[in-house]
Amino acid sequence: MGISKEEILSLLRGMLRIRCLEETLAERYQEQEMQTPTHFSIGQEATAVGVCSALEQQDVIYSGHRCHAHYLAKGGPLLGLVGELYGREVGCARGRGGSVHLTDAGSGVIASSAILGQTIAVAVGSAWAFSLDHSRRVAVAFFGDGAVEEGIFHESLNFAALHKVPVLFVCENNLYSTHSSLAVRQPAGIQIYERARAYSLPSRQVDGNDVAAVFQATREAVEWCRSGRGPYFLEGLTYRWREHVGPLWDYDAGYRTKAEVEEWMARCPIKRLSEQLLRDGLCSEGELRRWREEIQQEIAHAIVVAKSSPFPSVQCLLEGTY
Amino acid sequence: MRRLKYWQAISEATVQCMEGDPNILIAGIGVDDHKGMFGTTRGAFQRFGRSRVFDIPNCENAMAGIAIGAAAVGKRPLVVHPRNDFMFLAMDQIFNLAAKWKYMYGTQAGVPVVFRGIVGRGWGQGATHSQSLQATFAHFPGLHVAAPASPADAKGLLVSALQGSTPVVLLENRALYELEGDVAEAPTPIPFGQGRIIREGNDITIVGASLMAYEADRAADILGEKGIRAEVIDPRSMRPLDERIILDSLRKTGHLVVADTSWAAYGFAAEVAAVAAEKGFAFLKAPVRRITLPDCPAPVSEPLEKAFHPSPMTIVQACLEVLQSEVSSVRGLRDVQERFTGPY
Repeated sequence: MGISKEEILSLLRGMLRIRCLEETLAERYQEQEMQTPTHFSIGQEATAVGVCSALEQQDVIYSGHRCHAHYLAKGGPLLGLVGELYGREVGCARGRGGSVHLTDAGSGVIASSAILGQTIAVAVGSAWAFSLDHSRRVAVAFFGDGAVEEGIFHESLNFAALHKVPVLFVCENNLYSTHSSLAVRQPAGIQIYERARAYSLPSRQVDGNDVAAVFQATREAVEWCRSGRGPYFLEGLTYRWREHVGPLWDYDAGYRTKAEVEEWMARCPIKRLSEQLLRDGLCSEGELRRWREEIQQEIAHAIVVAKSSPFPSVQCLLEGTY
Repeated sequence: MRRLKYWQAISEATVQCMEGDPNILIAGIGVDDHKGMFGTTRGAFQRFGRSRVFDIPNCENAMAGIAIGAAAVGKRPLVVHPRNDFMFLAMDQIFNLAAKWKYMYGTQAGVPVVFRGIVGRGWGQGATHSQSLQATFAHFPGLHVAAPASPADAKGLLVSALQGSTPVVLLENRALYELEGDVAEAPTPIPFGQGRIIREGNDITIVGASLMAYEADRAADILGEKGIRAEVIDPRSMRPLDERIILDSLRKTGHLVVADTSWAAYGFAAEVAAVAAEKGFAFLKAPVRRITLPDCPAPVSEPLEKAFHPSPMTIVQACLEVLQSEVSSVRGLRDVQERFTGPY
C-alpha cells in the first residue's frame, strides 16, 4: 500500500503541530503557571503520528506518562491538553488529572497513566470487549522500553495472545527509563520485539523516527488485528531529546552524552520528512512556513483561552469521587 | 421467602443479574471448574457457559486491568478471587486506576468493575490465606467496600454492585458459606452505606464486621441469658460506613464494643472507635473496646490457630468488662466452623 500525497503531508503536519506545541509549552513551563510534572515527547513524534494516523476514529488508544503526542495524534483537542496543564476546568480531565492522565473519549483517547505498564492490560481489556462483541474496533497500547520489564507486560501479552484480542502493542523504545539505559535493565542480545514472538505475536521493529515507515507498518498491523487474527506488536526505535520530566535539556547530567543527543537530533523525524518532501517537490518552503504560522496561532489562542478559563471550583473538591 | 445458603445466595444473585444485563462477564481462576468457586459461579457457568464465564491465566494484576479496560468500553466484569490475599497482586489496578478513574479523568462515568474476594478462616490455612482486607480496601476513596454477613446481604450487596457505576470490592468470609437464611427471590439491591440492626438492645452496642457480625449475634444470646440486652449492628459496608446507625445505637446504650476479623492497628475497629470518639463522645459511658486479631500472622498449628481467632466468648467477655458486670459462669459456644472437616 502506497502513501498518498495527502497522507504524507498530513503526517508531517501532525508531527509539526505536536513539536510546535511542546516547544511552546516547554518555554511557558518555566513561568511556573503550569504546575504538573510534564514528560515531553519532543523527538518522538513520528511513532505517535504514524500509528494514530493509521487508526479509525472509533479505535481507542491508551498511553503512559509520556502521552501528549499520543493524545494529540489521535485527535484529542489541543485546548483540552493545554487547559489540563494549566489546571483549568476546561482541561480534558477538568484539571483533576494533569499531564499524565489525559483522556478524550470522543476521539478514542481512553486513558493515560503514570504507573509503568498499567494501561497495557487496560488496552487488552478494551480489545477483549471488542472481540466479544465481534466489533471491528482495535485498541492500541503505547508504552516505553521500561514497561517491558514489568510483570504486567508479560501477563497482558499472554492473555491477548490466548484470547486473540484485537490489540496493537506499540513499544516506543527511546533507550532510557528515566536515567537508566537499557544496558543496566535488560539482558544483552535480545530485542524487545523478539520477546513478543515468545507469545506467538507477529512482531516488527521499525525506525520510530520514520513516520512513513511507522504508518505503513501500523496499517498492516491494524489490518491483522481487525481481521480477527489477534494482537500485533510493533517496536519503534526513537529518542527523547529533553530531560525525562520537565522542559530542560540534560545532556550534561552524566547519563548520556551530548554527542548521542545530537546524533539523534540529526535524525529528527520532522526535519527528515520535510527535507524529503521539499526535495521531491511535494511541498514548498512557503507552505511549511504557513503551516507553522497557523499552528502557532492555534497554540497561542489555546493558551490565551486556557489561562483566562476558570479553575475548578473549590466547592467541587470531592465531586466525582463517586 | 426461601432459605438459602450464603453461597447459594451469591450464585442466585449472579445468575439473575447476568440474565438482566448481557454486559456482565465473570472472570477468575477456576470459575468454570467442577467446584465453581465454592458453588458461587457454578450456576452462572451452567446457564451462560464459556461465552460469559471465563477461566483465566494466573494474572491477577493484568486481569484487574483487563476488567477495567472492558468496563471502559461498556462491559461489567465480575472478577472473582478464591482468596482475597491474591488481590494484593491486583492492587495497583484497583487503587491506582479503578478507584480514581472517575475523579482523575474528570469523566461522567467510572468503571463498574466488581471484585469478589473470599476470606479464609481456620483449618490451618495459615498466614497468606486467612487475611481480611476490608480496612486496606476501604482506605481508598473511590471504591465501595462491603463484607456481607448473611445470605440475604450477600445477595443484595452483589446485586447493588452489579447494577451500580462504582468499582466495588466484596469480601466474603468462607466460614459463612454454609450459613442459611431467608433470601428474597427478586434481585433487590441493598445500597452501600446502609447498616443493619441484627437485634435491638439498650445496654451495649456491638458492631461486628463480616463474620464478627454473626458471632456478635451469637454472643448477644449468651448476654441475654444473663439479662444484658446487647444491640448488634452489622455495618455491611465499610465504605461508605453507616455512621448514623452506629451513633444512634451508641446514644441509646452508651457502651461500644467493635469486633473485626482483622488486626487492630489502622483497621475497621479503629475507624468505628474514631467515629464514636469524634461524633459520639458525649454518649460514651465507658471506653470503647476493640476485638481484633492478635498482632501476628495467622498460625497453622491447631492450638495456636484456636487462640488466634476471636470467638463469641471473646465478645461476651469484652462486653462484661465494658459494662463492669459481675456476671460469671456463662455457657460456652461451639466454634463457627467446628463441624468443618476440610480440605479446602
